[in-house]
Amino acid sequence: MQRYPVWKGVLVAAVTVAAILIALPNLYGESPALQMSRRDRAQFTPESVTEISGALQGAKIPAEEVYVDDEGRLWARFARVDDQLKARDLIQGRSGGQYAIALTSASRAPDWLQWFGLEPMSLGLDLRGGMLLVYEVDTEGAVAQLLQRLERDFRKELRDARIQYQEVAVSGHAVHVTLRDAGQADAARKALLAYDSQLTFAPDAPAGTLTVALSEAAIKERQSFAIQQNITALENRVNALGVAETVVQRQGQNRIAVQVPGVQDASEVVRLLGKVATLEFRLVDPVNSPLEAERTGRAPLGTRLYKQRDGFPVLLKRDVIATGEQLIDASFAPSQGEPAVSVKLDSRGGDEMLRTTSENLNRPMAVVFIEKERELVQRDGQEVAVDRSKEEVISVATIRGVFSNNFQITGLSAAEGTELAKLLRAGALAAPVVIVEQRVIGPSVGQDNIAAGTEALAIAGIVLFAFMVVYYRVFGIIADVVLLMNVVIIVALLALLDSALTLPGIAGIVLTVGTAVDANILIYERIREELKVGASPWASINAGFDKAFSAIGDSNVTMFLAGFMLYVFGSGPVRGFAVTLMLGIVASMFTALVGSRALIHLIYGRRRRIERLAI
Amino acid sequence: MVEFLKEIPTIRFMALRKYWYALSALVVAASIVLVLVRGLNLTVDFTGGVVLELGFSQPVDLEQVRGALAAGGVEDFQVRTYGTASELEVRLPPAGTGAAAEQADRVVAALKAVDSSVKLNRTESVGPQVSEQLAGQAANALLFTLLLVLIYIAFRFRWRFGVGSLVASLHDPIVAVGAIALLGIPFDLNVVAALLTILGYSVNDTVVIFDRIRERFRSMRKAEPAEVIDRAINETLARTIIVSGCALSSVIFLAVLGGETLRGFAVALAIGIVIGTYSSIYVAGAIALDLGASARDFMPPEKRGDVDDLP
Repeated sequence: MQRYPVWKGVLVAAVTVAAILIALPNLYGESPALQMSRRDRAQFTPESVTEISGALQGAKIPAEEVYVDDEGRLWARFARVDDQLKARDLIQGRSGGQYAIALTSASRAPDWLQWFGLEPMSLGLDLRGGMLLVYEVDTEGAVAQLLQRLERDFRKELRDARIQYQEVAVSGHAVHVTLRDAGQADAARKALLAYDSQLTFAPDAPAGTLTVALSEAAIKERQSFAIQQNITALENRVNALGVAETVVQRQGQNRIAVQVPGVQDASEVVRLLGKVATLEFRLVDPVNSPLEAERTGRAPLGTRLYKQRDGFPVLLKRDVIATGEQLIDASFAPSQGEPAVSVKLDSRGGDEMLRTTSENLNRPMAVVFIEKERELVQRDGQEVAVDRSKEEVISVATIRGVFSNNFQITGLSAAEGTELAKLLRAGALAAPVVIVEQRVIGPSVGQDNIAAGTEALAIAGIVLFAFMVVYYRVFGIIADVVLLMNVVIIVALLALLDSALTLPGIAGIVLTVGTAVDANILIYERIREELKVGASPWASINAGFDKAFSAIGDSNVTMFLAGFMLYVFGSGPVRGFAVTLMLGIVASMFTALVGSRALIHLIYGRRRRIERLAI
Repeated sequence: MVEFLKEIPTIRFMALRKYWYALSALVVAASIVLVLVRGLNLTVDFTGGVVLELGFSQPVDLEQVRGALAAGGVEDFQVRTYGTASELEVRLPPAGTGAAAEQADRVVAALKAVDSSVKLNRTESVGPQVSEQLAGQAANALLFTLLLVLIYIAFRFRWRFGVGSLVASLHDPIVAVGAIALLGIPFDLNVVAALLTILGYSVNDTVVIFDRIRERFRSMRKAEPAEVIDRAINETLARTIIVSGCALSSVIFLAVLGGETLRGFAVALAIGIVIGTYSSIYVAGAIALDLGASARDFMPPEKRGDVDDLP
């Protein structure tokens, strides 16, 4: 009679039951679905369910289920993708742009499983397809931004060189400078060349003026820089979503395709990726009256009229102190109980901020939050892109001290602060991007191939299981049970972490199942060795587990470390592999060492004496 | 009891290691030359290429489309649905200037067999799915991973073993890549995953044998190092055969029955398993031996005590 710690037995049983429960929704699978949320952020009511179901029935689009979730979003589930797409067009037409409609998928699991919040694990782009977003980069906007910066910097350079000018203005792809004194043209040219020696001056400019035109090469360079920066920013944003295995790639001249696999909340992804948020720091004009400017609709020279959150107008200086482009980091960091976003700028932004704050102590400075979204709206039966741009002063604060590249923005709610920090951190985009296309894409691995692969794995599994039983008899059965448990635990962990399973991920699982088989074989071979030298059955079992432990432990720790490094430093498919590798190793250590011992005790533990082990 | 090896064999693996070194060096060199000269059959994942969007009059069967494309002489394509079931996206490797239109024509011509009213909606170039930045990142990840494995094994065993495992874990993927180049297997992201799997498999195999070597060095202090390592390899031979056999049979099933997409992945794995098994026996252990592995590596630190002071 051998004792086995009760708590270990309970642990194994509890983990097994929990894993089976969590993995269960995968047996039911998912259906294509629409997820709708109201633009005014109000919740859907049961009446809307009746209304939408009625509309779908009227159009003869069969829906599996229409319901409202806990967060007040409306879901409609369909058997086929075609129905889903037809329904989207129908509802979009009816709602007149009031709903944000996202193509997604919903679980077919029974309500009681969903009530537990259990969802099937999501499959990656290669296995199930997902969502494709095509962004168009406003490359012209990127050039315009560059020109604006030149304009601003020219003014500053000329001022610093004490050269008086009448006007510095952008027109076309050039910046024109008109000087007060034509005699200072050479001095002005020198000052500007000191700023940037690459500048080229148009030779045919009238006396007293300078024209700096961007060369074709400079424009091209700027545009491709903008696209590259956007790709990086989108990659960061997509990674910040926490969905594994996303693809971001350049498409055509100025487009970027983003592919996101089975996400739970597609509209949230579109919102976070689609919003272009950037900041501008500007000084408040302390002299002129903003109310006057609002009334006449004309802002005094050198200022611009903005609105604050509470609707009050405010006049800001035209010169931008720093923009989101110069932002290095932003994080939500409440200070003294008040929500605040801590901002870090690069050295150029920091220098400018230092200069401005030291010259304008105790004067107000404003933070302008600019957000741009483009949406496809149905108009006269055609899809039209509509830009929604929001420029809003989110805070006006008095400059209390001199600061440079490290400071805080206050005056937001906690939720706004968190989102602002998230958006800014994910990358302030140099050029505005807009969604020009949103589609559901099928898996790149064909359905037949998935079926064939699953079948092949099943056959390989059966052969492996049969071999284990023939070779190790009762212990082989134990190994088989433990291996199944191992796979169930991996699936459960994947579902819990909401990590999409892809082919590289399956490779990770295959590897860990391999090591789990290895762990069992190591233990059983050791038990056999002990039996051969004449040890008693229980002594052999205990020695087998103990001696095999150092090999299993070392090899699993090594592989786990490898998986961890691949996860930290890798991306895309490498990460997908690393995730399942790490999860699989945890599962395999647990099942091979704890699970299989518990089973052995369950089978042999009650007997007073064992004559022989069936191994 | 079913057993492959009734008695522990007494094969003198280490005696022949010079020959195996020569063979390994030759195969690694050949692999590198092969990759450099012949190159890898990189897929659209890495090279970028052309995307064709096609519209059909009705939902089409993807397998039929793949068959028609293959029959029409289109190579290295990827197909998936795009939006609805009657719209498809076909990805092709990059063509030379002017050849893109020709490529598109060939695809459309081939697909006429599936649906005579097939229409080409759009042709566009795409960048690689694996941007240079990502590829660099992956290479870094691999480097750090190998280093950490080296450090861990050096810490748990001794540095000699760390070096042995490092050489083995470089040896295996290199030879596997060589084999992939030789067989012309399309090199896509899944093959990358297979290479990582091979690496993991090789490390696992190596550590298991190292563990036995460590144990035997502790119990056979008087024996010659080569003898100890031979003994450890022989003792774990049954396990090595079973584990490699199981793994190999599984991936062979996958290669034969798993369909076109998984074939490259499975074949790469099969090659890797064979090489990994060989390298953990010959490369890892033998290098540790030649670097001077001995029982002293695993002796507990000598106790200094009062005993020494006694006469």
